Amino acid sequence: MTDLAAPKADEHTKTLNPATLNGAEVLLRVLSELGVEVVFGYPGGAVLPIYDALFKQDHIRHILVRHEQAAVHAAEAYARSTGKTGVVLVTSGPGATNAVTGLVDALMDSIPLVCLSGQVPTKLIGNDAFQEADTTGITRPATKHNYLVRTPETLAPIVREAFAVAQGGRPGPVLIDLPKDITVGKAPLTPPAPTPAMKRLQKIAAQNRPAQDAIARTIEAMKTAKKPLFYTGGGIINSGPHAAELLRALARKTGFPVTSTLMGLGAFPSPDPQFLGMLGMHGAVEANMATHGCDLLIALGVRFDDRVTGRVDAFSPNSFKVHADIDPSQIDKIIPVDVRLEGDVGETLEALLAAWGETEAPDLTQWWNQIASWRSVDGFGFTQDMTPEAVIRPQYAIQRLYELVQESGRDTFVSTEVGQHQMWAAQHFQFDKPNRWLTSGGLGTMGYGLPAAVGAQVAHPDALVIDIAGEASTLMNIQELGTIAQYRLPVKIFILNNRYMGMVRQWQELLHGSRYSQSYSEALPDFVKLAESFHGTGMRARNVGELDKVIRDMLAHDGPVIADICVAEGENCYPMIPSGAAHNQMLLGPDQDSAAAGLTEEGMMLV
Amino acid sequence: MSDSITADIIQNSVISVLIEDESGALARVVGLFSGRGYNISSLTVAQVDARQGLSRITVLTSGTPMVIQQIKAQLKRLVPVHAVSDLTQEGAFVGRELALVKIVSSGEDRTEALRIAESFRARRVDSTATSFVFELTGSPEKIDAFIELMRNLGLADVSRTGIAAIARGPEVFAPLVFHPSEETV
Repeated sequence: MTDLAAPKADEHTKTLNPATLNGAEVLLRVLSELGVEVVFGYPGGAVLPIYDALFKQDHIRHILVRHEQAAVHAAEAYARSTGKTGVVLVTSGPGATNAVTGLVDALMDSIPLVCLSGQVPTKLIGNDAFQEADTTGITRPATKHNYLVRTPETLAPIVREAFAVAQGGRPGPVLIDLPKDITVGKAPLTPPAPTPAMKRLQKIAAQNRPAQDAIARTIEAMKTAKKPLFYTGGGIINSGPHAAELLRALARKTGFPVTSTLMGLGAFPSPDPQFLGMLGMHGAVEANMATHGCDLLIALGVRFDDRVTGRVDAFSPNSFKVHADIDPSQIDKIIPVDVRLEGDVGETLEALLAAWGETEAPDLTQWWNQIASWRSVDGFGFTQDMTPEAVIRPQYAIQRLYELVQESGRDTFVSTEVGQHQMWAAQHFQFDKPNRWLTSGGLGTMGYGLPAAVGAQVAHPDALVIDIAGEASTLMNIQELGTIAQYRLPVKIFILNNRYMGMVRQWQELLHGSRYSQSYSEALPDFVKLAESFHGTGMRARNVGELDKVIRDMLAHDGPVIADICVAEGENCYPMIPSGAAHNQMLLGPDQDSAAAGLTEEGMMLV
Repeated sequence: MSDSITADIIQNSVISVLIEDESGALARVVGLFSGRGYNISSLTVAQVDARQGLSRITVLTSGTPMVIQQIKAQLKRLVPVHAVSDLTQEGAFVGRELALVKIVSSGEDRTEALRIAESFRARRVDSTATSFVFELTGSPEKIDAFIELMRNLGLADVSRTGIAAIARGPEVFAPLVFHPSEETV
């Protein structure tokens, strides 16, 4: 991801006659040169020249979505599942403003994206012209960087620079606003050459190695720690599959336990005995207790999100803390650390492995015994009544989905919406490879999963792509069933339908006296008929007896499916660290003894 | 752990930012401060290098050491930013502000105002029978003191630029290629 070398001119840049190209054609040539194969977008007046240029070529495929927000989420999942940069094309004004949610989502989760937005002609900018919006102004805090192309000569360099910025360092979304006169008029296809900003990025990338003394201090701490823990995050996924391999190697050599954030799932194999599961608000008991009790916390590619730390002053109170991150602004932001490892987390892992060398793994028997005692508390436990008429518990539905997917042996990508189902998926679906888990972590965007499944399926046409969803989130971008139908994407939408905005209801129960203000979904659609109306297949499981057959039928079907899984309506997601509480103050749920949880007013505000 | 950094002491910091002279660059910096809730006590900006197209922004801000560190790291993340320097941290610096101060008065007060202006080396840049405009440069504290003394002598209007600052000694923050004296633009 950090390779910023100027790309080589490709075949079609050699054969064209640059004098006759308009801006739209130059744009597409540069995208091809940068290796772009797919663009997710929606046409409109200001981008018609680009759509015309798309029509006249066959190097770049365009996927027509039904809403610009979905274009960005699809591109995010495309990027996350392939390691490439996602590309979005939207029109001016409403097209661009509709994309904003997706851009912030990508910014929060560090997803490399380039969003091309149309703009009214340069002369009309600032005149409140039809479909004009101050797009660079609106998206300034929503992107890593943005551009307004003002002259034809700057078009090609800006597009190349935008990709370098999106991919370089901590990845993120970049927007290029393209006035219509720039895309209609003649523009030069300048040869690839690094711009000053690209040179600066290259310089930063070249220095992207943690300082040797910081590595030495980390190794020293690792050798003497009695209760060490690796706290791993999305940075490892962003660093590439190699970083995930290095993490596995370092964990093997040291014998240290590993926990992961929501964004980091898959970097370390979930079924591995050294894996303690996800930490944080709905994390595993052993992961949270180990975070609280460790004496050495090695944070790798994480940003100490409040959903992970809980009460900041009680976060891992007795540990020596090491933080590795490519973005120095993340270090010491929330939790002060003892050692800063500034740099790419893959490079950091490589340096740590080299410095560890053939050191023998320390004796951590006591620590592992302690972890085993925490593990004996089954925080994810639930009891499923197995009589055929019994109500399906949502955790069981995901567990069966996972087991039957395993039986199918297919390479599987899972996207989720946001809410209880997302947490249950993180808890009960296992990942052993990076880039297979696509979820909105930082922004928590309901409506992410369905378009994300579109993006993943476009990138991996032969893979199994499942959106684990809730009925409320599904309805937020339900129009994308049209995209799924148009491109015959065999996406599986697995809805855990409890007729509530479940996570909202859970918090209302916990913090607002069970006053379920507006969290019950009246007038839900018949999801089976909805699937059929979009040329797909609908299935429904009403009870335990129907569940396995529906999952098997869904997996066997070669087209898109909505599986409406009617689950227990009042089920809550546990364990839970109520906001404002420490990691050793988890609520374990009605089935288990509740720990003394500190529910405070401050905690209510943090929810 | 790192106790020094968690101390909740609010400190003032003068931060210099060398940034590309492009449209929206200042908005990026200001938006960063407002969006993340950082304080701006004063902010000055002007082009300092026409050939490289660079502007220098001087921000007077305040916060805990952890917040100041965040401000610097966040500023460095901005793509058009070439260099960030914390003058408060990196040794001695000179900080100057320009103020234009209007006094409307007559009689004794008028004479007293002139006398104070002289002792502060403020220049009279406009005079009428009933008013003066003084121009004064110096540290923000000096200007504060001047305004305070003028308060009862007919002080009517104040315009201040905010602080421009530079490190003392031969250390160069970021090399410029085009000195303002050569400027032809």
